[in-house]
Amino acid sequence: MIEVHGVYKAFEGVRVLKDVSATFETGKTNLIIGQSGSGKTVLLKSIVGLHQVDEGEIFYDNRSFTGMHDKARKGIRKEMGMLFQGSALFDSKTVEENVRFPLDVFSDMSFSDRRDRANFCLQRVHLENVNNLFPSELSGGMQKRVAIARAISLNPKYLFCDEPNSGLDPRTSIVIDNLIYEITKEFNMTTIVNTHDMNSVMGIGEKVVFIAQGEKGWEGTKDDILKSDNERLNDFIYASKFLKKLRAEVNK
Amino acid sequence: MRFLFHTGRYFLFLKRVFGRPVKHRIFFRQIIDEIDDLGVGSLGIVGIISVFIGAVITLQTAYNIELPIIPRYTVGLAARDTILLEFSSTIVSLILAGKVGSHIASEIGTMRVTEQIDALDVMGINSAGYLVLPKVVAMVFINPFLVMISMGIGIFGGWMACVTTGVVPSAEFIYGIQYAFIPFYVLYSLIKSLVFGFLIASISGYWGYYTSGGALEVGRSSTRAVVVSSIQILLFNLILTQLLLA
Ligand SMILES: Nc1ncnc2c1ncn2[C@@H]1O[C@H](COP(=O)(O)OP(=O)(O)OP(=O)(O)O)[C@@H](O)[C@H]1O
Ligand SMILES: [Mg+2]
Repeated sequence: MIEVHGVYKAFEGVRVLKDVSATFETGKTNLIIGQSGSGKTVLLKSIVGLHQVDEGEIFYDNRSFTGMHDKARKGIRKEMGMLFQGSALFDSKTVEENVRFPLDVFSDMSFSDRRDRANFCLQRVHLENVNNLFPSELSGGMQKRVAIARAISLNPKYLFCDEPNSGLDPRTSIVIDNLIYEITKEFNMTTIVNTHDMNSVMGIGEKVVFIAQGEKGWEGTKDDILKSDNERLNDFIYASKFLKKLRAEVNK
Repeated sequence: MRFLFHTGRYFLFLKRVFGRPVKHRIFFRQIIDEIDDLGVGSLGIVGIISVFIGAVITLQTAYNIELPIIPRYTVGLAARDTILLEFSSTIVSLILAGKVGSHIASEIGTMRVTEQIDALDVMGINSAGYLVLPKVVAMVFINPFLVMISMGIGIFGGWMACVTTGVVPSAEFIYGIQYAFIPFYVLYSLIKSLVFGFLIASISGYWGYYTSGGALEVGRSSTRAVVVSSIQILLFNLILTQLLLA
């Protein structure tokens, strides 16, 4: 479980996050949703410690991440896996080297064990026979899957995904969403996913935190979301006609 | 103000570059790769420039010393000292600041804007050290070799110029390049090249590392890297000359 308490973050005086508090549960896919520019990425990067928060605290299973020393933080970092908005694969390394990289750096496993583990992770995301290709030789969807494989290679307890669907077609998006969901269940991870894709919300939104202009606007589950009468939330989700129709049906 | 800001941040950056390293096995592998990429990859340009400038220095010296009372071998001596003292270390390092500096800054800058550096940080890797230290070590190691190679090729270029134009007889030129040879000049150049190698890799790494934005900013960082490392090379050239030769 990851808890965020009263987090504030500003860049050069411009406030981006204001008093954000939320709880992200273990074994569930927790979604952070909101418009482009609302501060989702900044919130996620604050949670993983890529941004230093100005105020507030973040707890990983009751361990205060914001209050701990670098060394202890490094321990928690080994329990994290992260999928970035643009995949962030290392261009100069092959697919296999990318997935093996965290193992090469942190584990004491033998080379063949590391390679086996990398292959296991690649198979888990349904990728085969691409080990020796470079990231630039893969499609966007495949890159995302390699990035997932890399994120899970050290068997993390916490998985963070920043817009895993950006730039993907609806079908591939669903494949990626389902992968994240299955992996979360399989390894009982605490998963946080940033998205502005309502299909993902309805698909895997076991827990949803809505961010509007840097503040938490709403919190609930995908089942509550269609019934909510929160104005800002409705403005956001019913931007799509399809969902407007769905809502009418639900409320009938 | 901005100068102070960058200077301060550069030293903090250096502290991180020399901070907690990754496993030795990975580190040595990286150094070998960088030596190959940055050093061996620069042999061609260093060779071409050295042979031409060596020839030009010799010809210019020859045409400027046309007095009958000065022996012709003086041309060899003067060309040799110019190459050993100034050309091979400073000019070659300036050229490497352009080639290697822009390469380092754009490589690291691209990693920054595509979040590859964030990915390293999330894993708990000291990204500044992981990315920049191998380049610094490789450049400090390889730059003296490049400079020595440049010295040899530059003098050879001068000799070629003599032979082809006949402006100085070959034997006199060869006598000249051995005449009153001061070995310390070579040492002086090599010391400079160590410092310049460090400056090129660390300054370019700095500009790449602190890129923010997109492809346009990567281009801007790599220009900055070249300009700033060139200026620093010239500045340190002055300081080191004063310290070592005065
Ligand atoms: N490093 C930074 N320095 C300054 N401002 C920043 C920085 N990172 C983000 N911001 C600002 O914070 C705000 C929120 O950005 P953020 O990237 O979190 O949005 P987002 O919700 O992730 O949007 P998207 O859905 O488009 O990814 C934006 O106004 C952005 O300009
Ligand atoms: Mg974002």
